[in-house]
Formats: sequence, C-alpha cells, structure tokens
Amino acid sequence: MTRFLIRTAQAIAMPAAAVLVALASGAVLLALSGFNGWDVFDVMLVGVFSDTRSVAEILLKAIPLILIGVGLCVAFRCSIWNIGAEGQLYAGAVAATVVGVSFEGLTPWLYVPLVMIAGALAGAAWAGIAGLLKVYFRASEIVTTIMLNYIALISTSYLVTGPLKDAAAAYPQSARLFKEAWMPRILPPTRLHIGILVAIALAIAFYVFLFRSSAGFAVRVVGTNQHAARYAGMNVGRNVLLAICISGAMAGLAGAFEVAGVTHRLYQNISPGYGFEGIAVALLANNNPFGAIFSGILFAVLRSGSELMQITAQVPQVLVSVIQGMVILSVVAFGVYRFRSAIHPK
Amino acid sequence: MEDVATLGFIATTIGATWRLATPLIFASIGEVFSERAGVLNIGLEGVMLMGAFVGFAAVFATGSLPLGLLSAVLGGMAVGLVFAFFTITVKADQIVVGAAINLLGMGLTAFLFRTYYVGTGRGVEIAQPLDLPGLSDLPFLGEALFRQNAIVYSTLLVVLVAVFVLYKTSFGLTLRAVGEHPKAVDVVGRSVAAYRYGAVLIGTGLAGLGGGFLTLGHSNQFVEGITSGRGFIALAVVVFARWSPIGAFLVSLLFGLFYALQLQLQAQPALAIPYQALQALPYVMTIVALVMVRNKGDTPKTLGVPYNKA
Repeated sequence: MTRFLIRTAQAIAMPAAAVLVALASGAVLLALSGFNGWDVFDVMLVGVFSDTRSVAEILLKAIPLILIGVGLCVAFRCSIWNIGAEGQLYAGAVAATVVGVSFEGLTPWLYVPLVMIAGALAGAAWAGIAGLLKVYFRASEIVTTIMLNYIALISTSYLVTGPLKDAAAAYPQSARLFKEAWMPRILPPTRLHIGILVAIALAIAFYVFLFRSSAGFAVRVVGTNQHAARYAGMNVGRNVLLAICISGAMAGLAGAFEVAGVTHRLYQNISPGYGFEGIAVALLANNNPFGAIFSGILFAVLRSGSELMQITAQVPQVLVSVIQGMVILSVVAFGVYRFRSAIHPK
Repeated sequence: MEDVATLGFIATTIGATWRLATPLIFASIGEVFSERAGVLNIGLEGVMLMGAFVGFAAVFATGSLPLGLLSAVLGGMAVGLVFAFFTITVKADQIVVGAAINLLGMGLTAFLFRTYYVGTGRGVEIAQPLDLPGLSDLPFLGEALFRQNAIVYSTLLVVLVAVFVLYKTSFGLTLRAVGEHPKAVDVVGRSVAAYRYGAVLIGTGLAGLGGGFLTLGHSNQFVEGITSGRGFIALAVVVFARWSPIGAFLVSLLFGLFYALQLQLQAQPALAIPYQALQALPYVMTIVALVMVRNKGDTPKTLGVPYNKA
C-alpha cells in the first residue's frame, strides 16, 4: 500500500513539476515581451473554470487530445515514431464527412457508430501506409508520416474546394452532415458530446491492452528490443503494423468526432494542431494510456486558457506551442521519460 | 507566363530550381555532419524557422543583410545548443527532443512575430541578383543559372568546404568515426560529446542559414511556418543522398526542381490538374524517394543512440 502511494506520488509529482517549469518559462517569455505574466495566468485560470459551459468546452477540446494521446502511447511503446496523427485526423474527418452526408434518414443508433467506424478505419488506413512502407521498405516512419500530414492537408483542401464543396456556400466547406449522424450531446446546452465517454473508455481499454494482455506485451517487447522479440518468435512486422494502425485509428476517430460532434461540416483547417499536441500528451503521460486522460485534459485547459489570453489580453495564442515544447523538455530533464532509441533499423 | 516546353519556360524553371533548392542544400549538408556523428535532428524544421525569423528581425532592426545572415546562423545554433544539451549531455531520446524543438521553434517564432511585427507590413531589404561577369552573358544557361543572388552561389562553396572538411581533415575523420564507433574515439582520448556538439552546431548553423535564405534571399517577409516542411524534407534528402554532401547537393536540386515545376505549372491556367496535386508533389516525391533508396545499411552505425561513457 505504501509502495503504491509512493509510486502514485512519483507518477504525479514529476509531470506536475514539468508543467510548472513550462508555465514558469511561459510567464518569463510573457514578461520579456511586456505582458504581465502573472495577471495573464490569473485571468486565464479563473476564466477557464468560470462556469459549466467553460468546463464543458475544456472537456470538448480534451476529446481529440485524449484519443490521439492514447493512440500514440501504443505506438511509442512499440517505438513507432508516428508524427502523423494530424494527417490521420484529417483522413478520419474526411471519411466521417463522406459517410455523414451520404445516408439520409438513417437512425442515429446506426448512423453514429457508422461515422465513428468510418473515421477510425480511414485513420488506420492512412497510418497503415507509413506502417507498410516501414515494414516492407524500411522507410523511416518519422519522415513518411510527416509527408502524409502535408498530403492529407492538401487533399482536404482539394476536397472542400472541389468534390465535397457545399454548392450553396461561399467558403470552401462541405455540406452539413445529416442530423442523425451528429454525436449526441451529453450536457446540453453545452456542446459536450459522447466522445468524452468514448475517449475515457478507450484509454482504459488500451491501458488493459498494453499492460494486461499478451498482444500488448508483444507490442511492448518489440518496442524495447526487436532482436529479443524476434528470438521469442514474435512477428515484429505485424506488431509494428498493429501499433501504428491503432494510433492512426484513434487519430481518425478524433477527426470523426470533430466533424460529427463539433463543426458538423468539413473545413480546411478543422484541427488547430491536435495531432502534434497529442505527441506531448502521450509523452507527459509517460506513454501510459490511462495517464493520457489527465494529460489530455491538462493540455485542453492550456488551450482553452490560451484562447482566453488572446481574447482578453491580446497575448498571441501560439504561446501554447512554446509551453508544450517546454513541457516535453522539462519531462526529459526531470528524467521521467527514459526511452530506448529505436531509430536504428535492426 | 511562358508556355510549357518553350526555352523561356525551361530557363525559368532551371533558375528557380537552384534558388528553391538553396534552403534544402544548406539544411541537408548541415544534417549530414550531424548524422555522420550519430545525431539525428528531427527538429530541423524548428531550427530553420528560428533562422528565418532571427535573420528577418536582425535586418528589420539594423538594415544590414550580412548581419542578418550571421544572425540566422547564430539563431539556428542557439536552438542547436538546446538540442545538443538535451540529447548529448542529458542523453535524452533524440526524436523526443527534436519534436520539442519543432514545437518551440514554431511557437516562439509565431509568438514573437505576432507580438512585434504583425501589422508593420514592412518587408526587409533582401539579397539582390548578382550578375557574374562573363557567365551571365552566356546564351540560355547564363540567363537560367547566373542571375541569382550571392547566397544561392554560395551553396557551391558550402558543398566544396563540406567535402573537404568531412573527408580530408582529421576533424572530419574523427567526426565520422564518432558516428560509426564512438568507443574507439573515446579510447584514443578524444571526446565523443565534444565532436557531437560540434557536429550539431555545424548542422543547425547551416539549417539556420537555410531558414534565413527564405526571408533574406527569397521572400522579404517572415510568415508563420514559412519553412512549410523543408526541415523535414531535408531529413529525407540526407537519407536519399546516403549521407554524402555532394549527394545532398544533387538531391536537393532534384527537390528544388519539384518545387519549381509546381510553381511554374500552377501559373499555367490552361492546365487541367488541380493545383493541390502540384502542391503535394514535393511531399509525394519525398516518400517515393525514401522507398526507392530502401535502407542498404550504410546508415551511420550509432545514429540516434546516446553515447554512454563507461
């Protein structure tokens, strides 16, 4: 029991310290740029927790972050450096849109799961390209997933200005999804939808998968030592594909939730960088899917706060990327995150 | 705009190829040094952005182009120092730190730009095309190749110096040994860490210069995310070039050609291809290039592996 408490305290203290260091450096940067860092954070923290609506908005932002973070935990545990969650999110959003505008009159009981499955499959497929290229051509997934990000973004821009464009709209955007395809809201009148429950359930499921199942054990062994994994008779290539497709599916699901739960249309810039933020979410959680629930919510608070900063204090919102970068570096510096390297094709 | 397949079109494309390859040439040759010493820096995108921004800010403040280029190099190196500290001294995973460097580079440059420069609307003085006496007057090729600014010409110098340093000096020999067999370097009494720091600083300094070229030799403005993935493409160039400076120069030119074609073809209203297909060309080609070279095992042996003395 004592050991459990000490371990829990450690698991919380280190990331907390990392976040504090990051926030402090953000405050220093604000001060150097002539803002009052303390006031800004004060306004921001009071503002984001001011009422139910604000809290619901935080949880709404946490949905894609948790999903992507959880998926990346699985990939990173397998030493797959999937930097392409952003593109996989777009793949999922496109698939969800195509499905969501196609079947009129379908019951929500069918339509909602259909949209989610379409998003997840598209994300898995987009990530699977990088997986196949890694397994069969040893092409570094770091580079291929990044290139696939750009290709997904450009393709989305093509789709919303061309084939998927709403003929009646002046702006490049798709038609509105049928109402039956929308994600049911769980806290009306706020926009919070069932995605948050799905995200938490999946986080727990993937925690069990990674740490309590033999398939998850294989994924982790492949991530730690490919030689040992091969020697133990594990199929390295299949585990690599499994891990990257899981992470892609989660990002694709996040994209489906954005379209069917928030915007109800596909736009060119549907993600404000959730895919990249998910990397920091997973790292802060020390690649533990359960921890990703909390780091996902934390980053959602930061993002909500940064939006508020921009509105109330004219502090550029991009400060949030600086804080995320500092979080990662602090995590590294505190030694929470000791990771074997896997760049080397073995 | 000229029609496809006319001499004018070809000349414009050739000239644009070298110019558009320039940031990639600097960044990828720099990364060759870094990776030869065993350090993979996926933070190049952030480093280039920093070079682009710092260079722009320096010229904005002083009006001096040489000072701006120097600042771009130093800006890149400053980020490189952070990267080196965490990967070499703290021995953290290079990918993780590289990802953080990218976030910092993107966030910091965008934050500072929005805080200080947005709305000023003013561009900076940029490097002007320099006619090379004799060469510029050559028919066709003179027009195509020798109407560039000094930064573009200097890529040739950088290749030559890189080849000389890497293959003809004891520094270069040791640097390459550090990437292949750091233990051996350690045993003969040289510091693996010092060589890796040196390699990272050379790499990020050149990447910073590549970023600086974007604001000081190409466009006269800083734009958020102006590098648009060039830092990542440079990583692919290094693999495709098999870790050789001359290779990096040639492969960068190939990518420059994709950029040039994309721009030139976009300006052809008669063409029935959606412009996004052309936009995606460099990124698709990067994947194709990676698949084509496969991994033949000439990766520096300890690439990405922190060195533990003991």
